[in-house]
Amino acid sequence: MSLISPEVEALLYLVAAVAFILALKGLSSPKSARRGNIIGAAGALVGVTTVFLAEELKNVGWILLVIGVGTIISVPASRMVKMTQMPQLVALFNGVGGGAAGIVALLELRAADTLGFLLAVAFTIFVGSVSFSGSVITFLKLQELMTTRPVLFKGQQYVMGALTIAALVAAVIVVTQGNAVVATLLMVAGLVMGLLIVLPVGGADVPIVISLLNALTGLAVAASGLVLDNTLLLVAGTLVGASGTILTRAMASAMGRSVNNIIFGAFKGGSTAGSTEVSDRPVKSGSAEDVAILLGYAQKVIVVPGYGLAVAQAQHTMYELAKELEGKGIEVVFGIHPVAGRMPGHMNVLLAEANVPYEVLQEMDEVNPQFKTADVCLVVGANDVVNPAAKTTPGSPIYGMPILNAGDAQQVVFLKRSMRPGFAGIENELLYEPNTTLLFGDAKETLGKVLSAVKAL
Amino acid sequence: MEEIKILTYFVLAVFVGFEVVSKVSSTLHTPLMSGANAIHGIILVGSIIVAGHAASTGMLILALLAVLMATVNLVGGFVVTDRMLEMFGGKKKAQEGHAR
Repeated sequence: MSLISPEVEALLYLVAAVAFILALKGLSSPKSARRGNIIGAAGALVGVTTVFLAEELKNVGWILLVIGVGTIISVPASRMVKMTQMPQLVALFNGVGGGAAGIVALLELRAADTLGFLLAVAFTIFVGSVSFSGSVITFLKLQELMTTRPVLFKGQQYVMGALTIAALVAAVIVVTQGNAVVATLLMVAGLVMGLLIVLPVGGADVPIVISLLNALTGLAVAASGLVLDNTLLLVAGTLVGASGTILTRAMASAMGRSVNNIIFGAFKGGSTAGSTEVSDRPVKSGSAEDVAILLGYAQKVIVVPGYGLAVAQAQHTMYELAKELEGKGIEVVFGIHPVAGRMPGHMNVLLAEANVPYEVLQEMDEVNPQFKTADVCLVVGANDVVNPAAKTTPGSPIYGMPILNAGDAQQVVFLKRSMRPGFAGIENELLYEPNTTLLFGDAKETLGKVLSAVKAL
Repeated sequence: MEEIKILTYFVLAVFVGFEVVSKVSSTLHTPLMSGANAIHGIILVGSIIVAGHAASTGMLILALLAVLMATVNLVGGFVVTDRMLEMFGGKKKAQEGHAR
C-alpha cells in the first residue's frame, strides 16, 4: 500500500514542476537568482519525498544509504571547488545525470510494451550515454588533463557515419524486439558517439558544448519520464531541454559562433587548425615600474581581466590597484568580455568573489567605443578575447568572435605568464604591436609590484 | 488518449522553457546553466523507482549506481549554483559599501 493516493501524488509532482519553472524564471534575473535556485532545490525535495510516499518500493534502506553517500560526495566537492574550476564541475554533474537517465531507461526496457515507450527507452539510452561520455571529455579538457586543442584522426567522419548507422540499427532492434543485449550495445554506441562529438571541439568552444550536453540530458530525462509514466520527469526534463537550447544559442551568438559550426566545424577540416607556431619575433617587455608610470599618468584605464587573473587569484590585488588609481583621479573601467573566463558570465562570478562593485564592470558593447579614448588598456591574463585575428584572419578558429578592441587604446599592457597562446591555441598579433608592453610573471605577483610602484609615484 | 496527454505536457513545457529564459543577460548564463543542470538531477526520482522495483541483485546494483549519479547531479548542482549566486549577493553588499 502506498502512503498517498495517486491524486495527491500528482498534485505534489505539480508543485515540484511549478517550483522548477519558478526556479528558471528566478535565475534569469540577478535580483531573484539565489531565491530561484532555492525554490528549485525545494521543488526537488518535494519530488523525491513524493516518490518514497507514492511508490511501493523495495530496497529503501539501500536507496537511502546511496543517496546519503552521493550527498556526502557532492556537497563538499561543490563547496570547496575553486571558482575557476567550476565549469568542469558543472560538466561532470551534467554527465552523471545523463548517465543515470541512460541506466534508468536500460533497466525499464523489460517493462516497456508499447511502441511509444520503446522509442523513449531507445532515445534515453542513447542520448543519456552521449551526454555522459561527452561531459567526461569536456571535464578532461577544461581540467587540462588532456589537450584543449581539437583532436582529429584520419577518417573520423567515416567512423562517425558508420557509428550513426550502427546506432540506428541497434535502436530499431531495441524498439521492435526489446532486446536487452542490443540495448546495451546501443548504450556503448552512445558512449563512443559522445567521445567523437566532443573530441574535435576546440577549447574555446567547450562551454557551449557543456550547455548543449546539458540540454541533451534534459531531453533524456524527459524521455525517461515517458518511460516511467512520470509527469514530473517529463516536465522537468523538457523545461531543461528547451531552456538549455535557448541558452546554448545565446552563448554561441555571444561568441559569434554557430552551434552547427562548433559541432561539425572540425570535421569540415582546416578551420579549427589555426597556427600554432610560437614565433620568436621581438616583443617589448617592460618592468613593473614602467607599467606603473604608464598607469599613473593616464586619464583613463580600461582593465580587461581574463582567466589568468582568476587562476592567479589576483582579483583582490587587481581591485586594490584599481582603487589606488581612482584615488589619483584616474578613471578605471573593467571591460568584461561575455566569455571571459571559461564560461559566459564566469568572469562576473569571479570578480564578484573579490567584491568588485557592479558599476565598474562594463559589458563588451558598452566598453568597446571607449577604447579609442583610453590611454592604457591593461590586459590581465586574457588573450583570445582581445585577439584581432577574430576580425582579420578568416581561417582562424576564433574568426567571427566579437572581441574587445584593446588595440584601439593608446598603450596596451599585457600581464602574462609567458608567450604561450590562449585557450584557443592561437597566436595574438596584438602582442607584437609597437604600442604594446608586456610584463611577464604571475598575475598576482606582478600586480602587487605594479601596485606598490604606483603608490610610490 | 494517454499519448495525446503526454504530448500536451511536452509541448506546453517546451514553450514554458523557451519563455522563461529568453532575454537573460550574459552575466547570468553560467548560473542559469548550472541551475538548469541541477534541475535535470530530478532523474533521481526515476532512479529511485527502478531501484525500488529491481528484480535481481545485478539490476539493483545498476539502479543504485544510477541513484548515486543522480544524487550527485541534483545535490551538487543546487549547491554549486547557490555558491555562485552567493557571490552576486556579496557584490550587493560591496556596492552599498562603495556608495558610502
